[in-house]
Amino acid sequence: MKLVKQLLRNPLSLTGIVLIVGFILIALLAPVIAPPDDPEDRFDIPRSGYRAQPEPPSWLSDEEDLSPGDEDWHWLGTTEGQYDIFYALIWGTRTAFKAGLTVTFASLFIGLTIGTVAAYYGGRVDEFLMRIVEVFMAFPFLLAAMTVATVLQPRLGKGIWTPMVALIVFGWTGYARLIRGDVLSVKQREYVLASRVAGAGDLRIMLRHILPNAIFPTMVVASMDIGTNVLSFATLSFLGVGVQKGYADWGQVISFARNWIPVLDEFWFIIVFPGLTISLYVLGWNLLGDAFRDILDPRMRGSRGA
Amino acid sequence: MTAYIIRRLLILPVILFGVTLLVFAMLMVLDPRERAALYVSDVPHDPQVVQEIIEKYELDAPIHIQYWRWLVGTRDSETGEIRGGILRGNLGWSHTAQMPVTQAIATRLPVSAELALWSIGPIIGLGVWSGVQSAVHHDEFFDHFSRVFAVVGWSIPTFVFALLMLLIFYSGLGWLPPERLSEWAKRVVWDTEQFTQYTNMNTIDAVLNLRPDILLDALRHLVLPVFGLSYLIFARVMRVMRSSMLETLREDYIRTARAKGLKESVVVNRHARRNALIPIVTIGGLLFISLLSGVVITETIYNLHGVGRLFANAALAFDVVTVLGLVLFNGVIMVVGNLVVDILYGFVDPRVRLQ
Repeated sequence: MKLVKQLLRNPLSLTGIVLIVGFILIALLAPVIAPPDDPEDRFDIPRSGYRAQPEPPSWLSDEEDLSPGDEDWHWLGTTEGQYDIFYALIWGTRTAFKAGLTVTFASLFIGLTIGTVAAYYGGRVDEFLMRIVEVFMAFPFLLAAMTVATVLQPRLGKGIWTPMVALIVFGWTGYARLIRGDVLSVKQREYVLASRVAGAGDLRIMLRHILPNAIFPTMVVASMDIGTNVLSFATLSFLGVGVQKGYADWGQVISFARNWIPVLDEFWFIIVFPGLTISLYVLGWNLLGDAFRDILDPRMRGSRGA
Repeated sequence: MTAYIIRRLLILPVILFGVTLLVFAMLMVLDPRERAALYVSDVPHDPQVVQEIIEKYELDAPIHIQYWRWLVGTRDSETGEIRGGILRGNLGWSHTAQMPVTQAIATRLPVSAELALWSIGPIIGLGVWSGVQSAVHHDEFFDHFSRVFAVVGWSIPTFVFALLMLLIFYSGLGWLPPERLSEWAKRVVWDTEQFTQYTNMNTIDAVLNLRPDILLDALRHLVLPVFGLSYLIFARVMRVMRSSMLETLREDYIRTARAKGLKESVVVNRHARRNALIPIVTIGGLLFISLLSGVVITETIYNLHGVGRLFANAALAFDVVTVLGLVLFNGVIMVVGNLVVDILYGFVDPRVRLQ
């Protein structure tokens, strides 16, 4: 409870909390805010027509016969091909939470497993596993993820899973290294020795005695990575190796702006609204993660990433 | 130190072997038909002909044999010509670039290198300056402000920032265009009688050809990408510099310097900053390597035909040979670059006794 109080007192982390809570509400209330035409295909952005040229937000348009609630009423305008931006942003929030949390937890799980096993058994096992980590780290993260996504696309299809798996495959290495360092120091402690003397098995020692005492710094880093993972996910979609066209995902919506760069000042709404949404979302996680780290790890106060 | 370098050099081949294994593993996810592009420039549509290619290069052979062939290539039984073989530098035929992958890298690399060379200065300079200021004014306004500024920069996706910059400065104001050169300048640069392309980096070539007009044009096109990269990346340098500086300012020799009455500016700039700069060698080196390997998004949005752009296009067109060739190239550069940076670090900081 002291933690919550501290988070609420700091203006930066308070901003972060407000942002994330806001996005959680949007994700939960999506069916109310932007009711889907067909509950089966909730993530398909509705389109009104197929015209290439984006339409500005309806409240800015000259047509007077439109009113909120009409089929052709677009709060934030449409993209190329008449996809409704408002709907895409609302439902894209769900995609963002799914992608961010799944990628982070799955990477964390793999990293924890490999790092803990390496540190616990040490010797050759450690040497071997850490070389594997180094091999995965040899590739620039974004390029590697794009490669996996490209190779997987014909197999997994152009759904939400292809980019997520791609990010997980290369996303776990940092956690493995971090947890390894902490397990190495924790496994020297007397209580670990004590439990071994008492006859506990390897698995029990690792899960019950070592991990709970070593996991904290890794969890803090993971909490800061949720925003970054959403960013990478959106980037894959933006580049066209993520979800398919018309799927409610922020990066995918922004990718429509690429064809309109010379006249972007006229069609500012196709980049400003989605851009603002994704930036605020990532900012929320980053502020929160920053504050977590400050509170939980006083040594690092104010020097994130150092 | 020497022992450390030797140890690292011994591990190097192991890591490189792992890198090839990983790329090869991704290759094996594909079916033999798709892998045919490693050996022939144009995969025919006729399934009969494809089958012949698969048999000829034994693309359905056991995995270890295929791996060996992928490394050293196969000899064509009729002509005696050796095809493929990544150890020979044959990374396959790039459908996207319409030339061998190795050659594509050679032509595209200068574009990425030019961007990297122009960006690394502002990134390090800005990062070091703001890091020092934050540390000196610890917990004061500048410190808080730069921290917020950095978190915001950290949160904006590269593509959103780049598109916003283009919205304002290109389509809005018309000052700073995308691409590398204006139309008139392109005509000059491609005209071999007027202009010699020594390095393929426009700014350097312009100087060597004594063409200030081309230089100005190239610089005008570089402003936006360099600015975007600097803003989104300098925060990493700033964080390291800030904590390193805070630590150094607590050292005894700084107290000594103050005690003997040196001016604050001398204490900060000469005594503290110099020592605090050491970690920047590592992070700066690593940043430069990662910039060299192509900044996919920046190059894609500003339409710069560098390595990153090629990579993005190849990925979009399912040109797996190009994608894997480039990722292999990048992996090797990163491994070797990391080693160089590590060794440099030992020279810069004699206190480091690496085991």
